Amino acid sequence: MRLDENTMKTIESGELIKVMLLKQREGFRLIQVHAVSVKGGYELTYTLGKDYVIENYRVNLNENDEIPTITDLYPSAMLYENEMAVLFGVKIISTNPDYDNKFYRIKATTPFKVKEDK
Amino acid sequence: MGNRSIVPFGPQHPVLPEPVHLDLVLEDEKVVEAVPSIGFVHRGLEELCTKRDFNDYLYVFERICGICSFGHGLGYCEALEDVFGAEVPERAKYLRTIWSEMSRLHSHLLWLGLLADAFGFDALFMQCWRIRESVLDMFEASTGGRVIFSVNTIGGVLKDMDSEMLSAFSKKFDEMEKQLKEVSDIFLNDYTVMRRLKGVGILTKEDAQRLDAVGPMARASGIAVDIRKTGYEAYKDIDFEVVTSNDCDGYARCCVRIGELFQSFNIIKQAIAKIPDTELSVKCKGFPNGEAYARIEQPRGEALYFIKANGTKFLERVRVRTPTFVNIASLIHILPGSDLADVPLQILTIDPCISCTER
Repeated sequence: MRLDENTMKTIESGELIKVMLLKQREGFRLIQVHAVSVKGGYELTYTLGKDYVIENYRVNLNENDEIPTITDLYPSAMLYENEMAVLFGVKIISTNPDYDNKFYRIKATTPFKVKEDK
Repeated sequence: MGNRSIVPFGPQHPVLPEPVHLDLVLEDEKVVEAVPSIGFVHRGLEELCTKRDFNDYLYVFERICGICSFGHGLGYCEALEDVFGAEVPERAKYLRTIWSEMSRLHSHLLWLGLLADAFGFDALFMQCWRIRESVLDMFEASTGGRVIFSVNTIGGVLKDMDSEMLSAFSKKFDEMEKQLKEVSDIFLNDYTVMRRLKGVGILTKEDAQRLDAVGPMARASGIAVDIRKTGYEAYKDIDFEVVTSNDCDGYARCCVRIGELFQSFNIIKQAIAKIPDTELSVKCKGFPNGEAYARIEQPRGEALYFIKANGTKFLERVRVRTPTFVNIASLIHILPGSDLADVPLQILTIDPCISCTER
């Protein structure tokens, strides 16, 4: 599926909990969350699905912005949130459980940063 | 309250072909909490997309995992084909479907063998892998490879199977189905197998939904979700029902995978009967620009492939969400309450693929 304005909705970080709560009540499951490092911040994409129909929500963050956890609504989000915190340095408030940057035990220095020439 | 202790499980353990670590908090012999950690073989393959031409990167992508190799190549190609807006020829779709199901066959047979080995049934382990060997022989005959196939290309496939080969494969699948029937009867009816798997690692339907379980893990908990039903590739023309069980335990996961093996034979036979005669690929010219994702049903469940391209030969971001990664949430949910001795088998019942998880 090509992602464009028809298949991806951009929301503010303050709206995230409200949107996820509504979708959870509608019976959507969490398919994935991922981060993309961009200059000066991150793009987070939340993918939800119900009966093979999927919806995507994008949140744009500045490097020092914080975003609330969605683990209270979708417990499996703890995997994605711990991953984004370790590998990308996304600041997520109150991930439950928070593995405190120990979820990935890799030798390289994390979080990985976007290259200057991008 | 009994004595509490923490037992490190892995990253090296006889039941684990690949490294994953769990800190098991025990109260006497009972697990009360499991804390996972991964990253022991993290290779940074997603990051590598920014340094390799998007055509060459397909060969990197296929090497994420040796068991799910075909599916990874397929997911990557499908996502890029969406970016290009390419319409893949029908014959290529059918060939991809046949190879996908052959991958499911060898993956499930490998898992059944490992399961038999884990509970000490070595003769059964060897029988499973003997049948699996025939699938690898067919892969070698049709693609030239037994582990990495490199038959996918952006816009179609690189190799064809002629009618003679398809007919020979069809006969071979009939033989394999008979052999599998004997083996599956043991898995489904043997006292020792049932004793080790029944009532172990229970994941209720509600918990499977809440924890977003995928693949046989979800289907063994009564959730009829199978991405093949979205009709990607030739699955739109194939008649099949989603295999489910309501027993929610390790035995149910075994039953679902065995059911899917017989289903794969059926899907392949339908695909062979219906395969059209068209081109094998279309050209995708220029550099990709835009974002897309593809979802496919890997042997272990739903996998999602995300691609962000910027109009150059290097992609900006590639993301693979593998089924094992999301099933970790279910794994650490089923472990508390179980005996330490049952932990290895429970880990095995989710069919963990750490190479996929450690992209």
